[in-house]
Amino acid sequence: MATGTNYILGVYGDEEIVLKAIKRIRDAGIKIHEVFSPYPVHGMDDALGYKRSRLPRVAFIFGTLGFALALLMQYWMLGYDWQMIIGGKDFASLPPFIPVTFELTVLLSALGMVFTFFVVSDLKPYKRPVIFDRRITDDKHVIAIDIDENSIGKEEISGIVAETGAEEINEKIFE
Amino acid sequence: MSEDKFVFTPALKKKLLIIKLVGLVLAVIGVVIIAFGGHGHEEAADAGNHFHWLHRVWVNLWINNIYVLGIALTGVLFLAIQYASQAGWSAYIKRIPEAFGEWLIVAFGLTLIIFGLANFAGPGHFHMFHWLDSSLYVEGGENFDPVIAGKKAYLNLPFYLIRMVVYFMLWYMMYRFIRNESIKEDIEGGYDHWRKMRVYSTIFIIIFAVTSSTAAWDWVLSIDTHWYSTMFGWYVFSSWFVAAIAAVTLLVIWLREQGYLPNLNSSHLHDLGKYMFAFSIFWAYIWFSQFLLIYYANIPEEAVYFVERLRSGQYAWVFYLNIILNFMFPFLVLMTRDSKRHTIFLKIVGWVVVIGHWFDFYLMITPGSLGENGGFGLLEIGLAVIFGVSFLYKVFMGLAKVPLVAHNHPMLEESYHHHI
Repeated sequence: MATGTNYILGVYGDEEIVLKAIKRIRDAGIKIHEVFSPYPVHGMDDALGYKRSRLPRVAFIFGTLGFALALLMQYWMLGYDWQMIIGGKDFASLPPFIPVTFELTVLLSALGMVFTFFVVSDLKPYKRPVIFDRRITDDKHVIAIDIDENSIGKEEISGIVAETGAEEINEKIFE
Repeated sequence: MSEDKFVFTPALKKKLLIIKLVGLVLAVIGVVIIAFGGHGHEEAADAGNHFHWLHRVWVNLWINNIYVLGIALTGVLFLAIQYASQAGWSAYIKRIPEAFGEWLIVAFGLTLIIFGLANFAGPGHFHMFHWLDSSLYVEGGENFDPVIAGKKAYLNLPFYLIRMVVYFMLWYMMYRFIRNESIKEDIEGGYDHWRKMRVYSTIFIIIFAVTSSTAAWDWVLSIDTHWYSTMFGWYVFSSWFVAAIAAVTLLVIWLREQGYLPNLNSSHLHDLGKYMFAFSIFWAYIWFSQFLLIYYANIPEEAVYFVERLRSGQYAWVFYLNIILNFMFPFLVLMTRDSKRHTIFLKIVGWVVVIGHWFDFYLMITPGSLGENGGFGLLEIGLAVIFGVSFLYKVFMGLAKVPLVAHNHPMLEESYHHHI
């Protein structure tokens, strides 16, 4: 036996069959590691029972941060550190600060979201991609099941996956 | 519900009439308070320009008329956008904005009558539109105003009235075309009606793009005759539009609570909520674009508009309330996905937006026409209630005329399965 993570891969050709298969596999009490599709499949998140992404909260937090930093920066610069009379206005007057504040709010919330997504998804330079099956970028859907995550044996899992209409069942081990 | 038809029951009619009566009583009490509560500013006015409580009634009628007419008009615009963009999600609820257009014919009469009352009925030499004062145009006269005289080619009574009639004719004609096709589609089916509605909708949008701006100049901007703002057409449009969307949302939710629209799901509400959220931000964007440039350039003839509003105890609170109700509140409350999908949040925000944009129009019209004699009291509340209920009455009548769901809309099936 080789060491490493041992996966069973069910290969499917049709999205409807995949969605049904996911439901049946999960009903059988098997934990699905991941499903790969060449394009976004409507209803996949529901079928896999994923909770809603928490990324909007991140956007809100970074947006608030950008908002606060922008106001702080401008009030400090123009109101305290380097006072200048512009257009006869007060040193620190709110209305001209709003466009900059708006831009920084948008910028920080967008960048914050992108980088959070990178971190959460473990996307980084020089990362060695784990490719389960090359055809997931072409025309096949693949359901990956981690054998160690499940209490049921390999043969039994393969049997259930076969019943759900998989075109092929492969096994793959990653070091 | 049998046949999916909205029934405008006598009980509901009675209820609306009672609310209308309450509005009337409030307005009368308001008038009594103003008329016998002392005028205060008489000594400043010359003999011909006495403030009379009727002036405040006229101006309030105008505010409500413009506001409600705008909701009806932009309701039709909302419908037209759905057709022009070939939207499928809204097919199920499209009869509600469609019924809004029924008010346009009433609004036509009201606009003419109230325009007449507010400018020519007095008492005294009261003109809500300052430019109607004929002495302004007498060269060498003591009231001669070169700025207003220079605008005479556009701002003169005959041309003004022609424009008013043309707007309403175009709007109502296009609305009738769309409505008639919609009714025919129910009976005959097929795609032809949908295609025709698409063409009419596109024409309506083009007409609206021009006339909404010019109507806003005519009916609202020209009250402050000296002042001008290139953002104003957009500003009035955005205020109307977000109020109309809020009204559609509130009505859709109310209909569902009454047991109609059984197939309405949270995705439909979500889309209406997004519309409301987005256009509240759009309104704020326009509002700020107008304010910032004037504030920054600080040219007296432009800045006076905001000075009138901010430097007076009467209007400063409305100025800030306007931003809180119409931007901050909807922005913060409708930000999350859940609040757009639950009726309780939509109802609260919908009401806040509808009331908030009334204040927006109040702030646009009152300071320029009544100045320091303006105010906010029972009269304002009462008249707004009367107008709101009358509008609802007409909309309900329009809803009851035809099935509540356009059965032969080619995208109805898509709308049933709307899922986001």
